[in-house]
Amino acid sequence: MTTFLTRRTALLVAAACAATLGLAAVAQAQTSIKIGYAISRTGPNTGGAAVTTIPNYELWVKEVNAAGGIKLGDKRVPIEVVQYDDRSNAEEAVRALERLINQDKVDFILPPWGTGLNLAVGPTLNREGYPHLAATAVTDRAPELAKRWPNSFWMLGTSADAAKTLVELLSKLRDEKKIGDTVAMVSIADGFGIDLSSAARPALTNAKFKLAYDKSYPIGTQDLAPIVNEIKALNPDVFIAFSYPPDTLALTEQSRITGFNPKIFYTGVGTAFPLYRQKFGKNTEGVMGIGGWSGDSPAIKDYLARHKASAANGAEPDRWASAVTYASLQMLQQAIERVGKIDRAAVIKDLQTGSFDTVIGKVKLENNMPTRYWWVGQWQDGEFYGIAPAGNEGARTAIVPKPAWVAP
Amino acid sequence: MTARTAGLGALALAAFVLLAFVPRLGNAYYLALAISLLQYTVLATAWGMFSGPTRYVSLATTAFFGVGAYTVAVLGEILPWPLVLLIAAALGAILAAIVGLSTLRLSGVYFVIFTFGLTELIRQLVVWFEVNKSRVLGRYVFVDITQADIYWQLLALTAAVFLLGWLIARSRLGFALRVIGEDETVAKHCGINTTFAKVALFTISATVMTLVGAIMAPRWTYIEPSIAFNSMISFQVLIMALLGGAHRLWGPVLGAVPLTLLFELLSARFPNTFTIILGCIFLLIVYMLPRGVAGLFEKLAAAPGGKTTQRVAA
Repeated sequence: MTTFLTRRTALLVAAACAATLGLAAVAQAQTSIKIGYAISRTGPNTGGAAVTTIPNYELWVKEVNAAGGIKLGDKRVPIEVVQYDDRSNAEEAVRALERLINQDKVDFILPPWGTGLNLAVGPTLNREGYPHLAATAVTDRAPELAKRWPNSFWMLGTSADAAKTLVELLSKLRDEKKIGDTVAMVSIADGFGIDLSSAARPALTNAKFKLAYDKSYPIGTQDLAPIVNEIKALNPDVFIAFSYPPDTLALTEQSRITGFNPKIFYTGVGTAFPLYRQKFGKNTEGVMGIGGWSGDSPAIKDYLARHKASAANGAEPDRWASAVTYASLQMLQQAIERVGKIDRAAVIKDLQTGSFDTVIGKVKLENNMPTRYWWVGQWQDGEFYGIAPAGNEGARTAIVPKPAWVAP
Repeated sequence: MTARTAGLGALALAAFVLLAFVPRLGNAYYLALAISLLQYTVLATAWGMFSGPTRYVSLATTAFFGVGAYTVAVLGEILPWPLVLLIAAALGAILAAIVGLSTLRLSGVYFVIFTFGLTELIRQLVVWFEVNKSRVLGRYVFVDITQADIYWQLLALTAAVFLLGWLIARSRLGFALRVIGEDETVAKHCGINTTFAKVALFTISATVMTLVGAIMAPRWTYIEPSIAFNSMISFQVLIMALLGGAHRLWGPVLGAVPLTLLFELLSARFPNTFTIILGCIFLLIVYMLPRGVAGLFEKLAAAPGGKTTQRVAA
C-alpha cells in the first residue's frame, strides 16, 4: 500500500475526505437530496404500483427538478433518485430499504405500493427514523400503527370507516325513499374483501337493511356469471361488491349482459381506474365504487392534466389513491422546505403538526391520519366524483337510481 | 473420530463463533444480507438432506416455510417465543409425516407435481379458514424480536442442521437412503424399510424448513397467505441446492451463498432487468454445471494433478 500511496495522493485523499465530511456536516452545502424507493416492478403488485404509485413518483420528481429542486434554506437542490424493484415480496422490500438506508444513504424514502408491503417496511422505517407516508395502505389498525410508529402516516384511512360511510349513504337514500332495504353483498376472499365485508355486515344489520345475499368468492375466480344470476333472481335494491380490479370488471360486464340493474350498483377496487371508463364508456354512468375525488376542483383538474402530460401514453391517474399519493409527496416537500435542512426528526414533527396545501385540498393530520377521505365515488358524465361523506368539500349528489345499461 | 474430522469440527466451530459476531458490525444492511444468506443456507441444506440422497425433487419447501410463518402469526403474540417455535416444529413434523406417508410412494415427476400442489393446497386451506372462520385475512406479528435475534437463531439452526446431517450420513438411516437413491427395488430386497427411511428424513428436513419460516416471520410484521406461501422460495431453494450439488451435505451452501449474493447484486444494480439476467444465469448453470459446484470441485480434485483427496463415499 505505502509504496504507491505518495504524499501527494495522500493529501488529495485527505482533502477529498474532508470535503465529503464537510458536505455531510453542513446541510446548506448539500448539492442534492437523495430520495430512494423500492417499488413492485414485477410480481402480483405490479398492476397497482404501475397505475397509482410509479407515475406519481416520477411526475413529482420531474416537476420538482424542473423548478430547480427542493428549497433548503435559501437555495434549491435537485432530487436524485435511487430505486429498486421489491418484486412484490415483503422480504425483498425490507432488504431493499435497508440497502437504501445503509448503503445508498438516502435522505428520504418513498413507500412501496399496497397494504402488505407498507406494513412490512414499517418497523425498518421506524427504527431508522425515516418519515413513512403510506398512501396506498388501507388497514383497520392504522390508528394503532400510527401510535406504535409515530413516523408513519396512514393517508388512506381504515376499511371500517369505508364500510361505515357507505352504509350511512345507503341509510340516507332510504330515508329519502330513493331505495328499498334489500342488499346483496359479495366480497373477494382476500384482505380487502374480508375487511370491508366484515365491517359492512354489522353496519348494514344495525341500520336495519335486509342482507339478502352475502357470499365471498376466491381470488382469481374467472366465471362470476352464477353469482350475478343468483343475485339478479333476488332482485335487490342495492348491489355491493368488495372486489379487486379483475372481478370489478367481470362483475360489471356480467351485470350488463344479464341486464341486472339495481338502483345502486357499487363495486370495489378498480371502479375508480381510468381503465374502467375505457372499457364501459357510457355504461359507467351511475356506477358507484370505492374512492373518488373532487373532480370539479381546479387543483384536481390541473393535476389530471399534468399527470396525463407526464405519464407514458398519456395515462390518467386513478380517482382514489393517485391524488392522495401525489398529495403525500407535496406534503413531504413542504415539510422539508419548512424545516430547511435534512433533519428527518424535524420533518416528521412538521408532518404531524403542520398544515399543507395539496391537490386534494388543505390537509392537516390528526394522530398521523387525515381527517377527510373520499369513501364513495360515482361515475357521472365520464368523471368519477366523490359523493360521500357528503360533508366533504366538492361532494356531488348521488344519481339514484342508476340509469339502465345501454348497448355498448 | 479421526484427527481430520476433529480438525474440521474445530474449524467449523471457529467459523460459527466468528459468524456470531456479525450483528456487532452495526450495519443493518449487512445484517439483513447475512440473515438472507443463512435463511437460504438452512433451507437448501435441509432440502438437500432429503432430496440429495433419495433423488426425490421436492417443491414443498414453501409449504413448510409458510406453516412456520403462519404459526407465528397466530400464536406469536399469545405464547412465549420458545413455545411458539416448538409448536411450529411439531406442526411441520406432523404435516410432513402425513404427507410423507401418503405420497412418498409416488416417484419421479408425480412427486414433484404433488409437492408443488401441496403448497397451493395448504395456502387455500389457510385462506378458507381465515375467510370463513376467523374472518380476517392478513395477521400482524408484533413480537419483541430484533434482527440480531433472528440472525442468531438462524445461525444456531444452521449449526444444528449441519450436525444433524453429518450424524445422519454416518448412521444406518443415511446409508439406507443412499441405497434407495441408487435403486429403490434393490433397497427393498436388501430388507431396508424404505417407507420408514424416506418418511423419517422427509420429516426431519421439513421440520427444519418450518423452523426457518417461524424464525423469519417477525421480520415482516404483516403476514397473509400470499406472503407466507410464496412459491418462489421453493424454486429458489431448489436452484440453489442444484447449483451447489445436493449429493453432498456441504453442497447446497456452495449454491445458496453465491446465488443469494448474486440476487442481491442484480437487484441492486439492475432492478429493471433482474429477471432476464437471472434466467440467462440459470441456463448457464444447468448447461455448464450439471453436477453443481460440489461436482466441479470433485472433478478438479480427481483430475491428474489434483493431488490426493480422500473420496468419502457420496
